[in-house]
Amino acid sequence: MDEARAIGTTLTAARPQALAALLRYFRDLDLAEEAFQEACLRALRTWPQNGPPRDPAAWLIFVGRNVALDSVRRRARQTELPPEEILSDTEDAEADVVARMDGAHYRDDVLRLLFICCHPELPATQQIALALRIVSGLSIGQIARAFLVSEAAMEQRITRAKARIARAQSGEGGVPFEPPGPVERAERLGVVAAMLYLVFNEGYSAAGDQTQAREPLCEEAIRLARLLLRLFPAEPEIMGLAALMLLQHARAAARFDTDGAVILLDRQDRAQWNRAMIAEGLALLDKAMRHRRPGPYQVQAAIAALHARAEKPEDTDWAQIDLLYGTLEILQPSPVVTLNRAVAISKLRGPEAALAMVEPLGDRLGGYFHYHGLRGALLMQLGRTREAREGFMTAISLATTPAEAAHIRSHLDGLK
Amino acid sequence: MFYALLCYHQEDVVCAWTKEEDDAVMQKLAVVQERLAKAGKLGPVARLLPTTAATTLRKDQDPPLVLDGPFAETKEQLLGFYLLDCADLEEALGIARELGAANPGGSYEIRPVGLFVDGGARP
Repeated sequence: MDEARAIGTTLTAARPQALAALLRYFRDLDLAEEAFQEACLRALRTWPQNGPPRDPAAWLIFVGRNVALDSVRRRARQTELPPEEILSDTEDAEADVVARMDGAHYRDDVLRLLFICCHPELPATQQIALALRIVSGLSIGQIARAFLVSEAAMEQRITRAKARIARAQSGEGGVPFEPPGPVERAERLGVVAAMLYLVFNEGYSAAGDQTQAREPLCEEAIRLARLLLRLFPAEPEIMGLAALMLLQHARAAARFDTDGAVILLDRQDRAQWNRAMIAEGLALLDKAMRHRRPGPYQVQAAIAALHARAEKPEDTDWAQIDLLYGTLEILQPSPVVTLNRAVAISKLRGPEAALAMVEPLGDRLGGYFHYHGLRGALLMQLGRTREAREGFMTAISLATTPAEAAHIRSHLDGLK
Repeated sequence: MFYALLCYHQEDVVCAWTKEEDDAVMQKLAVVQERLAKAGKLGPVARLLPTTAATTLRKDQDPPLVLDGPFAETKEQLLGFYLLDCADLEEALGIARELGAANPGGSYEIRPVGLFVDGGARP
């Protein structure tokens, strides 16, 4: 890795903390971003000569704050900027910043920054785009590619979302800059966790030639979940969320064939699963369960863990998976959860029992691709070919990606 | 003399490496490791999972307290280690420099080993 690249990685890693602290100083997102940007430019100029600072985030906060204050002053009256040497020799001042910025400060700053991106009036896709732009520092181009829109359109979307947040922040409903109380903090963590899972799923649901452009979304979501965990190390649901994402992302290399078609779990080459990610996911789940405070992310991670632990598809503990989906139905009732449970039932008690579970969901899931896909597959197993074909045709008409449609078409071909 | 080479690095930086960057570092390290193994100098090598996967047992109270996360909050975290059979500190430092050239940033702590038990278990 060359030096510029290494500095780039350091800046990326320091970004959430540095930007979050600058936001607390300036209480204005644009100014905070400008200050961070300027500090990064100075880092690229001075770090190669002076070596990287001991605490990059503190350096960026210190320098960013000074440059931004300078530019504010300069706008007020034309004064000289301090020479660069003074800014790059910041050891003492930096230590001072570090002393005043303990872990508690960092963690509420970062949480606030993430939480501000989750403004309830912003649609989910805008929350995700905003978090990727502001917190992760992904380029507009990268985000635009992930969302299949032009750069100009994405630029406009992010600008609008930022304006929306700026309006909210200056009004009554703004997120306050005081440290939150325990209840507020827990609420913010819940909202931010949901947003991170949205980011992950935006990447995970990609198929075919989109996987490459969207893979960074999965990686970013995992990176931010690890960051949250470092800041809030004893939160079982954050452990569960990180475990869930790691266990799912571990299958990335095995999920699509060379033509980009979906490979279902029981047909995947398990040797291609990422063992280190699975180990980390299982370790986190293990830690989470010790807290005896179950939640939806932990239960979903536990289901993913049962798949990860099975060396061959036939080793899968479907009875346990059925029980876990039963728990999830109580924690987070949803017809989609029941649909997933029906898969476990089909393995345990056969297609007839599973179909009985699936049929009543038709009212609510009639427009859902996976409902018709699973229903068709169960009917096919029962030899009810005509109905199966109808189910598959409906599924194809509802497919959201070519890979989904291709997968169902392969079932249809098998019906003849 | 046996030396432990303890690898410290900023975890958030290592976690921000892309898969390609990570693979490239691991590949370069593997070259050095292979040479050390051939020379009969390489003992066990481990890369540790992120500290977020760590749990700490504090024994300064009774019963011991189980805490989530690593033992100490530090700027750089213990991310892995090597055990090396070296003639002296100079040789150990030389190997550390070689490994360091393949793995940018961070620090190596070189600690002589007092007791080594190979229990035989393998992951």
